[in-house]
Amino acid sequence: MSDSYSATAEARWVRWSLCGVALAFVFLFLLIPLLSVFQQALSHGVGLYLAALTEPDARAAIGLTVRSAAIAVPLNLVFGIAAAWAIARFEFRGKTLLTTLIDLPFSVSPVVAGLMFVLLFGVNSPVGAFLAAHGMKVIFAEPGIVLATVFVTFPFVARELIPLMQSQGADEEQAALVLGASGWKSFVRVTLPNVKWGLLYGVILCNARAMGEFGAVSVVSGHIRGETNTIPLHVEILYNEYNFVGAFACASILALLALLTLVIKSLIEWRQAREQNQASGRVQLARVRRAGEHA
Amino acid sequence: MSLLNRSYSVLPGFRLGFGISLAWLGLIVLLPLAMMIVATSRMGWPAFLGTVLDERVLASLRLSFVAAAIAAAINAVFGLLLAWVLVRYRLFGKRFIDAMVDLPFALPTSVAGIALTTLYAPNGLVGQYLAPLGIKVAYTPLGIVVALTFIGLPFVVRTVQPVLQELERELEEAASCLGANRWQTVRRVIFPTVLPALITGTTLAFARATGEYGSVIFIAGNIPLVSEIAPLIIVSKLDQYDQNGATAVAVVMLLISFALLLLINSLQWWSARRNGAQR
Repeated sequence: MSDSYSATAEARWVRWSLCGVALAFVFLFLLIPLLSVFQQALSHGVGLYLAALTEPDARAAIGLTVRSAAIAVPLNLVFGIAAAWAIARFEFRGKTLLTTLIDLPFSVSPVVAGLMFVLLFGVNSPVGAFLAAHGMKVIFAEPGIVLATVFVTFPFVARELIPLMQSQGADEEQAALVLGASGWKSFVRVTLPNVKWGLLYGVILCNARAMGEFGAVSVVSGHIRGETNTIPLHVEILYNEYNFVGAFACASILALLALLTLVIKSLIEWRQAREQNQASGRVQLARVRRAGEHA
Repeated sequence: MSLLNRSYSVLPGFRLGFGISLAWLGLIVLLPLAMMIVATSRMGWPAFLGTVLDERVLASLRLSFVAAAIAAAINAVFGLLLAWVLVRYRLFGKRFIDAMVDLPFALPTSVAGIALTTLYAPNGLVGQYLAPLGIKVAYTPLGIVVALTFIGLPFVVRTVQPVLQELERELEEAASCLGANRWQTVRRVIFPTVLPALITGTTLAFARATGEYGSVIFIAGNIPLVSEIAPLIIVSKLDQYDQNGATAVAVVMLLISFALLLLINSLQWWSARRNGAQR
């Protein structure tokens, strides 16, 4: 955009003040909270920070978080691919209903989600009683945490893939089949390479939410220190005990995870944009247009 | 598969894909949901109404929805502004800001909760400047609004941004040629085009904020009748082994969020139809 007066641009003072307000908002609401996590965690020195992270209960919480994400994310990955394949590649009755139902976990409060699993597997339900009689504990134990995590991260991969696969269309897969590839081969060689970035994006978002889920997991976990505490729950306990360094130290791991997620996401978007531009030559077109505007 | 009335396709794997998705959906989403309905129907009307119409429960529901509505309104204004700046202006560090917008999606809610509480506490980094002005944020309903604004921001920006990007400059040029000044163009040409996306994004932010728990409980102070949100009531009822009470409150919240989901879907349908009619 050139600085000279243009019919489709605002006056300079309007631009400056809009940018200023936007920057202030981002700074106050997003950047400062993020930075303060690290500042608080390191406020009493690196020694205490590391001690808070290597303490047995914190280590147990980290282990449990990684374990439950390692189970929940692959399960939802398989589901997401299967659902996207059925919804984006076929026409059938009830497709809209299926899509709406897949989105459902997004609109359920995490606490309500946790409660559902307590009702289903708790000691008062027939299922829970049956499982308890056979020595299996779901609620206040790891299986419950995994189930709650699966529920809240349910739509992530499917939601990323469905619009992407719909926009790409089935032409390439059909061509592969006509040329004699098996269904599986066309899926591995054609479908997966086409959706790889969207898939990766869905997986990292799913993982970030899985490791950071608080409400749903809090209801089913029972908060047993060193046993059923995930990192977010451990953060809560330490914070409520006024152990701020410990709480923020554990929180900083999750904040780093969030930063990593954002970095990967930006890289994916950057690559996607580059690939698209290479394909269509849109960059050149935009450059030519901009040069024309400046002239 | 005749029940699904599937049209013919050469592609294989429909049964596999559909089967896996339906089984997983049933197991993870529909079965727990059905259990919830069973539990509610066992409760009976008097018990249900007795719980829901309790003064503390009503106050918490009101607080959850009012705070979520205020936060959504703030996000509608600042989200639109942020999306506009990101799409239209050249700005130092724009890439970085664009990436940061997704932070509330990526940052776990409990981390956001303790960070915001520490910042907005009377002796905190931001709170110390607000305290002399008589503004108390942490441990008040205002703090809840701050937390919910944080949570909802990306919803508005990410729904409005693509629409602004798709906006054709030619339309604005035409408006300008026809004698409209910049403000008139923004109000009459740009805003109506963005409006459906803005409403959708705001409703999404609102829906998410009504059920939010993790980021709110730290900053709210959780004073009964004043700053106690509905999800917290569910948790405290569960802690007191009052499963029926928790279920009753949860059902009310579920019904409201389903109504919102329906609203979002019909909004998207409406805007798709409107855009379709324009083209």
